[in-house]
Amino acid sequence: MDLSSINPILLLASLIVAATPLLLAAIGELVVEKAGVLNLGVEGMMITGAICGFAIAVNTGSPVVGLIAAAGGGAVLSLLFALLTQFAMANQVASGLSLTLFGLGLSALIGQDYQGVKPPAFPKGDIPVLSDIPVLGPILFSQDFVVYLAFFLTLGVWVMLKYSRAGLILRAVGENHDAAHALGYKVVRIRVLAILFGGACAGLGGAYISLIRVPQWTEGMTAGIGWIALALVVFASWKPWRVLLGACLFGGVSVLQLNLQAAGVAIPVEYLAMSPYLITIIVLVIMSADRSRAPASLGKGFHAGS
Amino acid sequence: MKRRTLLATAAMAMGLATAGIAEDKTKVGFVYVGPVGDGGWTYEHNNGRLAVEEKFGDKVETVFVESVPEGPDAERVMTQMALEGADLIFTTSFGYMDQTINVAKKFPNVKFEHATGYKTAPNVSVYSARFYEGRAVQGTIAGRMTKSNVIGYIASFPIPEVIRGINSAYIHAKKVNPDVQFKIVWAYTWFDPAKEADAAKALIEQGADVILQHTDSTAPQAAAQAAGNVITFGQASDMSEYAPMPRVSSIIDNWAPYYIERTQAVMDGTWETVNTWNGIGKGMVGIGEISDAVPAEVKAEALALKDALGSGEYHAFTGPLNKQDGTPWLAEGEVADDGTLAGMNFYVEGIEGTIPN
Repeated sequence: MDLSSINPILLLASLIVAATPLLLAAIGELVVEKAGVLNLGVEGMMITGAICGFAIAVNTGSPVVGLIAAAGGGAVLSLLFALLTQFAMANQVASGLSLTLFGLGLSALIGQDYQGVKPPAFPKGDIPVLSDIPVLGPILFSQDFVVYLAFFLTLGVWVMLKYSRAGLILRAVGENHDAAHALGYKVVRIRVLAILFGGACAGLGGAYISLIRVPQWTEGMTAGIGWIALALVVFASWKPWRVLLGACLFGGVSVLQLNLQAAGVAIPVEYLAMSPYLITIIVLVIMSADRSRAPASLGKGFHAGS
Repeated sequence: MKRRTLLATAAMAMGLATAGIAEDKTKVGFVYVGPVGDGGWTYEHNNGRLAVEEKFGDKVETVFVESVPEGPDAERVMTQMALEGADLIFTTSFGYMDQTINVAKKFPNVKFEHATGYKTAPNVSVYSARFYEGRAVQGTIAGRMTKSNVIGYIASFPIPEVIRGINSAYIHAKKVNPDVQFKIVWAYTWFDPAKEADAAKALIEQGADVILQHTDSTAPQAAAQAAGNVITFGQASDMSEYAPMPRVSSIIDNWAPYYIERTQAVMDGTWETVNTWNGIGKGMVGIGEISDAVPAEVKAEALALKDALGSGEYHAFTGPLNKQDGTPWLAEGEVADDGTLAGMNFYVEGIEGTIPN
């Protein structure tokens, strides 16, 4: 065993990289679920975002344009879900699952010409002055800007849900859509907007994997992160800061266990391999002892006439 | 009325015609563990399938299902293929072993071929390649090329196939560089680009300047490229898009000749249960071009080893070799028997760490 071979600064820096796609997808899904919609298509939207972002970044040579395209791609796919569930009144669980299957297939189709292609390099966002701080600098202030975007998105969602009128309305729609409707709020419109936001966030998260974390395109490369994001929202009791904590825990323990293995720590590998899931669930379950519950209208369809 | 009868007859005739054709065709099914576009393991199996189609043209029909999880789902996929009239089914991952045996019992007339496993039945053959021969060549290059003397190894699952690869690479790296140390990470996946990239990064951060992988995606190659002075080897497929650096060579699986041979055997009615284990000599394991990033004398050494393995004059597991705990395994000049290799569940002396159960 040689723990000294693990560099804690590099470890924490890669923790943040591992947590970011999960955080982006989960924070988007949190808003969707707060509006009372259960979209199980996160994985599909992520992988679609991953290939849209990758393809556009390769063709334009600009990873930033690629990221915008990824958000767009995820949103367009989620629009399909919105049409099915909000207008055609289809079952949300079934629609979400089929969205994942559709997204996986669509991305494989689009991605056929992008196997083995190298994307343009993503600029590292060293923040002047701050990135020179010892220890904290390399961990927090010399990441790419998507990391900061994900953080401020979390902050923004928290402020919006907790302190703004728009957030109050969104929560009202999620808690009791009939009452919100009676008060004159456009339930369907608000939900569609929330779904689009969730799709864009998932798309961004996917593109973060294909453009920055890996970076390359391979079929099925999100490999279940979308599902983990979904679970994270539930375990985090629909609270933005807990989602952030959960994402960092999951990403952190995933990276840590690989480092521990490489350092030859004498913990059986099976336990190390399951540790990200276990630790994240245990911590978040203990934290949700305050009996926070799901939005009351979660997963229920709404029709103004009924 | 007449017209309707005519149409009905025509439809019936067509139905009969297609049924007739379907019976003439040999239907070959493939079950893949990853997507055909993984650029590695499944990609090469699919190339084998395409070679079968090209060889037999109209006489054969192939079907495949990709990204089939190792577990009950695989059984469902195989059953479905057998019900749809497949004559021969290739199940191309170790984790399909018990499922293949189970389904084969239910369909005694369908022939099954399971890759990298060891359980056979009257209608189940197993086939694998001696990838450890390729690992020996990789180990030689890795041992010569490393400057930090730390070699990172991304392992997938603790099965004999993977353990053989680690041992073979280690033995040959150690032979040319006695100071070499292996850091092994078990990813518990065949295919998860993000995790593979993380594993590669963790190993590089801990000083590895050579990354060997036994997972299927090209993600570790990309991670090595981003890190700079790190070399890698293509796994299962050539991965030449990452040559000349970081990918300096590769192990290429070549299943096409075997798939063609076995399909032919089904057509001729000569199919029998076999246990095939071919290596560099029979062409089932190829060594991808060694790039210019490798010095000429190292390249020559690696190629000489490859030739010796191919001709059979040298075996990758030749004594004296001890097991990890120091107990003697092979005496001077003794070579490992296939039985031990097929069930290999121990590290050789010098490797640190324990194998997960």
